[in-house]
Order: sequence, then structure tokens, then C-alpha cells
Amino acid sequence: MTEPLLDIRRLTKSFGALHATDDVSLTLLPSEIHALIGPNGAGKSTLIQQIAGGLAPDAGRVMLNGRDVTDLSTAERVKCGLGRTFQISALAMENTVLQNAMLGTVGATRSVWRFLTPIMQDGQLRVQAEAAIERVGLEDVAHARVSTLSHGQRRLLEVAIALTLSPKLFLMDEPMAGLGAEGTARMTAFLSELRREAPILLVEHDMDAVFALADRISVLVAGKVIATGTPDEIRGNSDVRAAYLGDEVPL
Amino acid sequence: MTTLLLIEQVLNGLQAGIMLFLMAAGLTLIFGVMGLINLAHGSLYMIGAFAAAAVAAATGSFLLALFASLVAAAAAGVVIELAVIRRLYDRDHLDQVLATFALILILSEGTRWLFGSFPLYLDVPTILSGPVILPGGIAYPAYRLVIILVGLAVAAGLFLLIGRTRIGIQIRAGEADREMIAALGVNISALYTMVFALGAALAGLAGALVGAIQSVQVGMGEPVLILAFVVIVIGGIGSIKGALVGALLVGLTDTLGGVLLPLALGGLMDASSATSIGSAVASMLIYVLMAVVLIFRPTGLYGTA
Amino acid sequence: MMLPERTLNIILFLALPLVAVIALALDEPFIITLATRAAILALAAVGLNLALGLGGLVSLGHAVFFGLGGYAMGILASHAQSFTPLDLGLFTLDGTKSMPIIWLVAVTVSAFAALLIGLLALRTAGVYFIMITLAFGQMFYYFTISWPAYGGEDGLSIYVRNSFPGLNTLDPIQFFALVFGVLAAVLWLMGRIERSSFGLALGSARQNAVRVETVGLSPFRLRLVAFVISGAVTGLAGALFADLNRFVSPTMFSWQMSGEFIVFIVLGGIGRLYGPVVGACLFVLLEHMLSGVSDFWLIYLGAVLLLVVLFARGGVIGALANGRGVHD
Repeated sequence: MTEPLLDIRRLTKSFGALHATDDVSLTLLPSEIHALIGPNGAGKSTLIQQIAGGLAPDAGRVMLNGRDVTDLSTAERVKCGLGRTFQISALAMENTVLQNAMLGTVGATRSVWRFLTPIMQDGQLRVQAEAAIERVGLEDVAHARVSTLSHGQRRLLEVAIALTLSPKLFLMDEPMAGLGAEGTARMTAFLSELRREAPILLVEHDMDAVFALADRISVLVAGKVIATGTPDEIRGNSDVRAAYLGDEVPL
Repeated sequence: MTTLLLIEQVLNGLQAGIMLFLMAAGLTLIFGVMGLINLAHGSLYMIGAFAAAAVAAATGSFLLALFASLVAAAAAGVVIELAVIRRLYDRDHLDQVLATFALILILSEGTRWLFGSFPLYLDVPTILSGPVILPGGIAYPAYRLVIILVGLAVAAGLFLLIGRTRIGIQIRAGEADREMIAALGVNISALYTMVFALGAALAGLAGALVGAIQSVQVGMGEPVLILAFVVIVIGGIGSIKGALVGALLVGLTDTLGGVLLPLALGGLMDASSATSIGSAVASMLIYVLMAVVLIFRPTGLYGTA
Repeated sequence: MMLPERTLNIILFLALPLVAVIALALDEPFIITLATRAAILALAAVGLNLALGLGGLVSLGHAVFFGLGGYAMGILASHAQSFTPLDLGLFTLDGTKSMPIIWLVAVTVSAFAALLIGLLALRTAGVYFIMITLAFGQMFYYFTISWPAYGGEDGLSIYVRNSFPGLNTLDPIQFFALVFGVLAAVLWLMGRIERSSFGLALGSARQNAVRVETVGLSPFRLRLVAFVISGAVTGLAGALFADLNRFVSPTMFSWQMSGEFIVFIVLGGIGRLYGPVVGACLFVLLEHMLSGVSDFWLIYLGAVLLLVVLFARGGVIGALANGRGVHD
């Protein structure tokens, strides 16, 4: 029996009459990619925020690596092993790519309360940051300011920062968006390998990528998980077909 | 401590609070609609007071003086908005703070240059200079009572304007979504100028009304401005109702604290140290009030996150 | 003429002692005092710059720390000059005329005040933060006015400048050298902090707080620590300022003082280590030159400031140096 690294139990969140998250349970097992899909407005963002710590649920628990983190802040959940990337990049735009990655190593090594040692000359942290940048293929722009990067490059930098944290699991919000065909292919290959280091809860609109990568898929509709299963099971699920009817999604 | 004295102090607190409301309402409206922090709002208060004092000295009419304070402050508001403020709407708060700080320097020194460094005096009209006898036999200065009533009337008018009129609907819509009301054909820059002028006129009126109780001098606006900030922090940014509740809380706390604390301490120590310690502690009370509100409601009593 | 910012910084930084030495040669002690005043105001703004420039915290209440530093000096020295111990209820404390001890007290008291104010004010952001810091400044201002023990509104005079081991602090050039030494040391320290892991995290929190949280750091704690260091440095400047004037009064707590510190930073160029130094020197120079020309020199200062804010956002260093500052 393998313990899930992320175990969401009966999570519920309402905004007035709107049930944004309605009794959602799901798990993320070691070495798997679990994709979360659903039409726009299904409540994916609300669910992600509750997992990451930006939003408190009305009911239900979030267990991370066996620990109840429901009442912990975003930063504390990161310390418990959650590595996250954003749909809309959250980066220090005036800093360089390397500085952003170094921030990740500072967080990972809990070495933020050092006031007098120049951080960029810290050999050990720099090696880790550069390694992460190289893994996502941004080494050519390591010294460029983030504001000069393309959207796709920013998305890769998000992944690189998450890598510096050596998380127990990844929570990735649309990592393929803005990457283009070639970039998407590279990212797909990259994530496929990455799952061996830590499992990934993947929210993604690119259905080709989702069905190519995912070990399991959960479909969220109107705040409820209507189906969870392997890509083949989801393809054949009549509820899912009904939910997506009319959408141009290859099922 | 007699009940009569207490009632008198409560009325004084109300009077201070309602004048603060005239300042805070303009500030909170300007912040709510345009997202602008305006340090120069105190200068508009000062301009209103000086205009009133000058017109009263020239004509002898207090009503004309009040009218002049409204016109002068609103006109100054329009000029400032057109020349400087509208360039700041899209800037960050730091730029707004600096530019309006620069405006304070220019307006204060300009006023000193025009009127000199000595305070002017604005006399209470003779008809209101005596006391009135309130039910219960309390003698209270008629002028103070009148400015409480004027202030309440203006407050009521403001709530009607915001709640019931077409302009008010546009103002509230502007708080919610600028682009949308521009798309609906409302002339947004004219609306902004008007809101700024309205806030300026309220500040100018407050300056003139208070100017008749205190002296009219350069630098009179900034202490009131900072009190109005305390009011807004307590009431919540953008909320007129919060500004009213906050202003009354601050006015009452400040006035009653200054009187009651030294009296209360008089039971514990000798009279002179009770007075000095009491007034020193009383001077901090409204900030303590602000701190307590911040601990429990960081966005103020009526603020939205 | 465009210079690399580093070269420009060194030139601008050395201008101040150069002016002092020339003034010494020409026997113009008043000019040395002006240079000392500029260095102290610069130190106060260098303190604020950590919170404002790097941390993005627009504190309009840094006069609190300046004033506390000033009163730390005033209270300790007044007890020393009257030979009465300071009664703190639980124990008594002798006054002192020793600068190192006064500085230590000034820094400790300001840091503690910054911790308390920061704990409250940092719960909020943006315009709330500005208004709250401004309000707390006013609180201290009114408190010192209505607290009669140390002069109330009239302030407190100290007859003889406090002492520093090995120096004659009454000699203007020696006191200047001491102040400039402190400024140089603090600038070095701030430069290190800016390039440290703490500095990287603080600057990142200014640009994107979510990013900092997502690597497991708390923006609140980063900002609180920055605010405390910042307040402590401004408090040290306050103690020196009081010693320069041999006088403290509630005006050290006034909101104009807080406003002027921000003005120094922006005149010099925000987000630049030497920005506050250049801004403070420029301010003192303008004050000295324009106040001779007109009684209403603040109008001109206001106009200059307005133009800088509206049209020249890089400040003086931004106009003279090529390349960009920490942020533009």
C-alpha cells in the first residue's frame, strides 16, 4: 500500500450560493501524474488555491505527505514539500532569471536570515540554481531580466524555481500555456521524466498533453469530481462526454 | 464631574467629529473613485479658511464668507486636478504621496506669501455668538450647535447625492469599474474632476467653519488631514458610512479623553501631575483606538478587503 | 556626460568630505556644519531607503525613529548634565554624555518602536500602510508636546556636545569626520544587506509577494525585519542630529520630517544605495542657497519635487548614470 503524497478529503468551499468546490476528494500517489481537467468555471482555480494555501476551505482537510496542512499558510505548506507553478507567472520581474532561481535555493536551504554574505557569490546555492535553470533549458538567458523574457520562458522559469525546492510533489497550473508546439513537446517529455522525482498534480488545458502524460485524470465539473480514472477510462466515460459535449476537446 | 459638563463635552466631540467627517468624506471618496491618496487635502481646508477670513474681512458677511470658502476650495481643487492630480491616477502610491507633498509645500508657502505668517481671525457672526439654552438647562455656544447641524445637513446631502442621484450612481460605478463606465459613455475625466472638486469644497467648508472657532493660519490643514486619515483607517477606505462612524468615534474619543482622563487620574495622584499625565495619555487615545481596530479589522470597520 | 553608476557614486560620495576639507582650509566652520547636517539627514534617509527602496514600504512615519533617537540623546544627556538619575520605576539609570552608549540606546529604542509599529502597520498594505505610519508619527509628536518632563513643546537644550573616545566632538571637522564615518559604515552595511540572501528576498517580496511565499518565505517577516533595521538606522541619525544641534524638540517627530526623508530618496534616485546621500546633500544645498534668495524657498523646492516626480523618475543619479538602478 503506497501512501498518497497529497490527500484531499471532502473539500468544500462556497461563495454565497455558488458551490465552487463541492465535496472534492482526490489523491496524488508517488511517481504519478494526476491531471485535473474541467471546463472553464468548473472550480479548478478555487481548488488549487485551497491546496496551495491561498484560500481556506469551508469544510474538509488537505493532507500533504501525511500531515494535515489545512490550517497552514502558503509558505508553511511549501516547507512541507509543495512545489507550485502558476498559470499567470508570479516572478520578480525586475530581477534576472538566475536571481529568481537563487531565491528558490534561499527558500529551500532556509538561509534567508543572512544579512552580510553576498548571495550571488554563494557557490553552493549558485550551482543548485544554475542546475535548475539548465534543466529547463534557460541557461542562455540566465542573466536576462525576467521582464525581457517571453511568456513561455517565464513558464519554464516557474518550473525551474519549483525544482530548486526539491519538493515532495508538484502542483502545476497550466505549464504548457504559451509554449508553442515545440515547447509543449519538450515540456511534455520533461514532465514525463520529472514524475519519477516527485508526483505532479497537473492542471492543463492542452488535452493532447494531458492524455499523453497522465497516469490518472480527474474531471471537475461545477465544483464536483464527476470521474477519476486512467486516460482510457475517462475517454470512455459517458458523464465526461456529456459534460464536454459541444466542446472541441478530442476525447 | 457634572452631567452638564459631560453633555457639553459630548456635544464638543460631536462637533469635532462632524467637521472631521467633512474632511474624511472627500478623502475617502477621492481614494475610492480615483485610487488616489491626496496629502494636499489639508491645503484645501486651509484655502477654504483663508478665503472665508478674507471675504469676511472685506464684506463683513459670514454667509458670503462661507460661500467664498466653498467656491475658492472647489476652484483650487479643479485647478490642481487639471494641472497635477490627473497625471497621478495611474502612478503608484509613492508618486502620489510625493507629488501631493510637493503641492502642500507650494500651497502653504504660497498662502504665507499672500497673507503673511500671522494668523487671521474669522469672527463668529454676532447673531450666533451667544449661548443657547438646551433642554435640561445646558448653555451651549449657538455657533457650535449650528455647525453640528450644518455638518449633519451636509452629511445627509452627501448620502442622498451618492445614494439617490445619477451622479452618485456614476461615482459608485466608478469605484467598481472604471473601464466599464467609460465604455458606457460617461465622461470619466470630467467625473474625476467633479469628484475632486466636491471633496475640495467639503474640505474648504470645514476649514471655514472651524476657522471661526480657531485661528486661520498656514499649516492648519495638516493636523486635520492626519486625523482624517485615522478616521479612514478606522472606518475603512472608500466607505462614506465608515467615514461618518470613524469621524464621530475619533471626535468623541479625542474630546472626552482630553477632559475625562485628567479627571480620572485626579483620584490617583496630585492635580498637576494628573493634568500633565492625563493630557499626554489622552493625546494618544485615538491612535490606540486605531491600533485596536487594526488588530481586529485590518481593513477598517466598513472596509472591504 | 554618462558615467557608470559605481564611479558616479564614489565621486558623489567623496564630494561631501571634500567640501568639508575645503571649508576647513578656508576657515568656514558653518560650511562644515552644513556638510555634517547633510551627512546626518542622508543617514536618516539611508535607513528609510531599506524599507522604501528595497522593500517597497512607503513609510510616512520615519520621523518617529528620528525623534526617538533624538530624545534618547536628549533625555540621557539632560540627566547627565543635571546629575539626576533617570527614574524608570523599577530601577534608576544614570544619564550619560558618552556617544557610543547614547547611540546604543537610540538604536535599541527605535528598533523596538519599529517592531511594534511594524507589527500593526504591516498587517495592511498600500495606502493603509502610508496613513497608519503617518498617524503613528503624529501620535509621538503630540505626546512629546503634551509631556512636560522634557521640555514639552519648547524642547530640550543640551549645553555641551556629547563625547566620543579620542575625539574632540566640539571641533566641527572632528564631529563631521565622526558622522561621515558612521554614514560610510552604514552605507557599507546596507550595500551588504542589499546583496545578501535577505536583500534578494526582500526585493523579490516588493516585486511579487506570492513568489516569495511560494519558495516558503514569509513576506510579512521579511518586511518586519527590514522595517526594524530601517527604523534603527534612522534612530541613530536622530541621535546624531540632536547632538549636532545640541537641542531636541517635538519637530523631530513632525510629519514634514518624514516627508523630507522620502524626498531625499526620490531626489537622489529611488532604489539606489547612494540616492539618499545625493538627495540629502542637494536638499541642504538648495535650502542654503534658496533660503538666502527668498523667504519662500519651499515653493521652489515643491516645484522641483513636482517636476522630478512627474517627469524625471530616476532622480539625479538616474539622470547622470548610465545603466539602471536596483529598480526603476
